Amino acid sequence: MIHDFTYLKPDSVKEALTMLSEHKDECKVICGGQSLLIVMRQGLLVTDYLIDIKRLKELDYITFDKKAGLKIGATTTHRAIEKSDVVAKHYPVLVAMEGKLASIQVRNWGTFGGNLAHADPAGDPAPVLIALKANIKMGGMNGERVMPLEDFFVDYFETALNKDELVLEVQVPVPEPKTGAAYQKFNLLESDMGVVAVAASVTLNGNGKCKDARIVLGNAGSTPKRVKRAEELLIGKKYDEALFAEAGKIASEDSEPVADIHASEEHRRHLLGVLTKRMLKKAWEKARG
Amino acid sequence: MEKKLLRLTVNGQEYEIYINPKTLLVEVIRDYLGFTGTKRGCDTVSCGACTVIINGMSVKSCSVLAMQAEGAKITTVEGLEDKGKLHPIQKAFLDHGAYQCGFCAPGMLMSAKALLDENPNPTTWEIREGIEGNICRCTGYNSIVRAVEAVAKGNYREEHHE
Repeated sequence: MIHDFTYLKPDSVKEALTMLSEHKDECKVICGGQSLLIVMRQGLLVTDYLIDIKRLKELDYITFDKKAGLKIGATTTHRAIEKSDVVAKHYPVLVAMEGKLASIQVRNWGTFGGNLAHADPAGDPAPVLIALKANIKMGGMNGERVMPLEDFFVDYFETALNKDELVLEVQVPVPEPKTGAAYQKFNLLESDMGVVAVAASVTLNGNGKCKDARIVLGNAGSTPKRVKRAEELLIGKKYDEALFAEAGKIASEDSEPVADIHASEEHRRHLLGVLTKRMLKKAWEKARG
Repeated sequence: MEKKLLRLTVNGQEYEIYINPKTLLVEVIRDYLGFTGTKRGCDTVSCGACTVIINGMSVKSCSVLAMQAEGAKITTVEGLEDKGKLHPIQKAFLDHGAYQCGFCAPGMLMSAKALLDENPNPTTWEIREGIEGNICRCTGYNSIVRAVEAVAKGNYREEHHE
């Protein structure tokens, strides 16, 4: 049963931030609520005030510019991203990820900013966004700040957001030429969260060798996690399936998955290795064009 | 706890009700307005039995705060029929044996409607994707997919009352 709360509905970001600063120790922000209402119903989360930002149109936008890259407002729904032509053209991996995020109904109501602020380590967008070098913009009464998304996640369901701050925007830079990215999760039902997930991005230089790479693991620990040791291994190397397998082995070793009802730790490590190998191959082939 | 005014339109009828702000949309639809066609299944955004259409979008009403439906136009399964005549999707479900126990049907019908409203000529695969958020434990889905396909092919056009 959901505990009683006082419902607050700000009409602007400014009003929302004022409410947040006033009630910061006893409030929670709701947007689509597709994750939050579940934990509230289970009694895991009790709050005195609920600040509803779902209707903040100010934060509902997708823009793209060849210099600034992609900007997605926090209250933009998953479905809007999935159906965006501009996202499909420049960041196809984001559209593919969204197409397999929960179900259509959830994507119709659930929001991008809400997903990130909830910080479930099994969430789909974060690994892909980190592979794409995304930043997150937050705002409070004292102004705005931007940080790399990979630094945003602190622990299970914990982020770097201060109590009086809101997630405002996700910023994804324009990928360098000859960059490819891929994402896959392992699950039993397609619309489930991943038992584990891997996002990879590969940038090649003129002679087809790896210039830059990112490997990000989902649900392989308390936060989305880069496998820097495997990324470094790839730099300067040529396309080589044995190399991808080696990177997979490192990902498997460096991950920190826990066992639960869905899979043992050993099984998760195995899957992370296999998916890392496959996603590197896929990202590399896309980068090659 | 202060009750809040919620104004919404369900199946063409306008309502103004005062609710505890923690009330879920499914509770407003079933318990306040009496549209019990919409089912509470899992209550955890998984099964899709509570699917309704808000402003043209399918959502799971067990996981939408009712206050967020302020001013919205909502269609539930009761809103499909017109003057006692079944909606083509409902008729197709009957003809293809897509109702068995019937519990998933109110949600399944709304997902099928949202799909066909958005994409009147879906492929079989798109139909399967369109109902991926709805779980059925009886039919094995094939009869449901065939029913939606039949509507998309226009087999029920002459029965459409519009």
